[in-house]
Amino acid sequence: MGTASDIKLIDENGLRIDGRSPTELRPIKIETDVLDRADGSAYIEWGGNKILVAVYGPREAYPKHTQDIEKAIIKARYNMAAFSVDERKRPGPDRRSVEISKVISEALSNAVMVEQFPRAQIDVFIEVLQADAGTRIAGLTAASVALASAGIPMRDLVVGCTAGKIDGQIVLDLGKEEDNFGQADLPMGILAKSGKVVLIQMDGDLSLEEFDKATEMILDAIKRINEIQRQALAGKFISLALERGGE
Amino acid sequence: MAETKQIVMPGDLLDTSQGKPRNGTYKCGENQFCSSYFGIVQVSDQFLDVVPFTGPYYPRRGDKVIGKVIEVGPSMWVVDINSPYSTLLHMNDTPWRTQSGDIKKYLGPGDYVYAKVMSLNEIKESWITLKDVGLRKLEGGHITSVPAPKVPRIIGKGGSMVNMIKDATETRIVVGQNGLIWIDGTPENVMIAIKAVKMVEMEAHTTGLTDRIQSYLKELKGE
Repeated sequence: MGTASDIKLIDENGLRIDGRSPTELRPIKIETDVLDRADGSAYIEWGGNKILVAVYGPREAYPKHTQDIEKAIIKARYNMAAFSVDERKRPGPDRRSVEISKVISEALSNAVMVEQFPRAQIDVFIEVLQADAGTRIAGLTAASVALASAGIPMRDLVVGCTAGKIDGQIVLDLGKEEDNFGQADLPMGILAKSGKVVLIQMDGDLSLEEFDKATEMILDAIKRINEIQRQALAGKFISLALERGGE
Repeated sequence: MAETKQIVMPGDLLDTSQGKPRNGTYKCGENQFCSSYFGIVQVSDQFLDVVPFTGPYYPRRGDKVIGKVIEVGPSMWVVDINSPYSTLLHMNDTPWRTQSGDIKKYLGPGDYVYAKVMSLNEIKESWITLKDVGLRKLEGGHITSVPAPKVPRIIGKGGSMVNMIKDATETRIVVGQNGLIWIDGTPENVMIAIKAVKMVEMEAHTTGLTDRIQSYLKELKGE
């Protein structure tokens, strides 16, 4: 991956550039129902990533030839704002965002009970407002929260997380510099309860042992991220119930 | 927190000792059932349901719904019933003496009807009918909507909630199973009724709601 450089990503105390330990996540904040027009929505801040997700549907799929008589199709659209990165990004779909849209659609199709909605489509709009490495898994994490808040039946919540290799060491949740100058990046999407993998991609090289270690780290982090998702979903309902439920 | 209902997320394991899992659940292992919605657990007569907080309306046979006519064909109306799929109303399923070609004079685009879901097939195509007691074209009045899963709460046990709002605001109210609600009365009273309905929607998952709505209605009327 990235360009070879002499930048030291891990200091002598074993801490990373932003002061995290190898198994530490960046701060994550999720908010639900941020958009009134959408059927479900979520906003996630994951380190420097700021991503807005809107869910529409299920509704009848158009154009008609895209309809599947047996199940709903999930159309995720990952899009980066022109101002989301350092240098202005040319707006519109490109090779990278088309690929990410595809893998996210497929990951979500495994969680949503698509067979309940023949001929329908579910639109998931993932708008990256600010990018800081790991946008695809942050987008995926927020998308599954938005789907749940839209009342769409799902088998499980999808949680995304990355691990990677920097300075020869396996670490969790790569930041921007680590992503650019590290040796490998392994984003994964996992079903929170069953632990099934619904998205996996790898950039760079990892040995078998390194891969196992990275997977283990991710699986451990999934629990923490899932807890944040659950808090985001239930939070306002619990507080309202607590306020009112006392009589 | 004994008063609040249990909140579950998709994939959460359900305690099946409380009742037989029914709506909103799926089998996720040997004798294990999980929630498929983000919602609350409701136990009633040996059954355990997960009721989502929100979500689209899925037509079921026999449901009485409120629909909006969106298109007029030579012998059918296409009706939007607030569901992922639109539904059809054939001219023979109306109480009027219609003739193919001039059905527009009975119902035009934008009109609302109170109708019953007559039939439904595997690919979720559905047909509605106006041939039953109480079914009709809804003339005048205002339309408001709530998510379909909250309709039972709007109606209340044996219609207690909606009757209370009706009596307090002196309005006529028709609640469709699909979440559309038709309210007719003086503009002030309609506004009060809409506010009360919205409050039920907001607080559907809390207990002791009927009493709270009663005092809210009094407050709105300035009593």
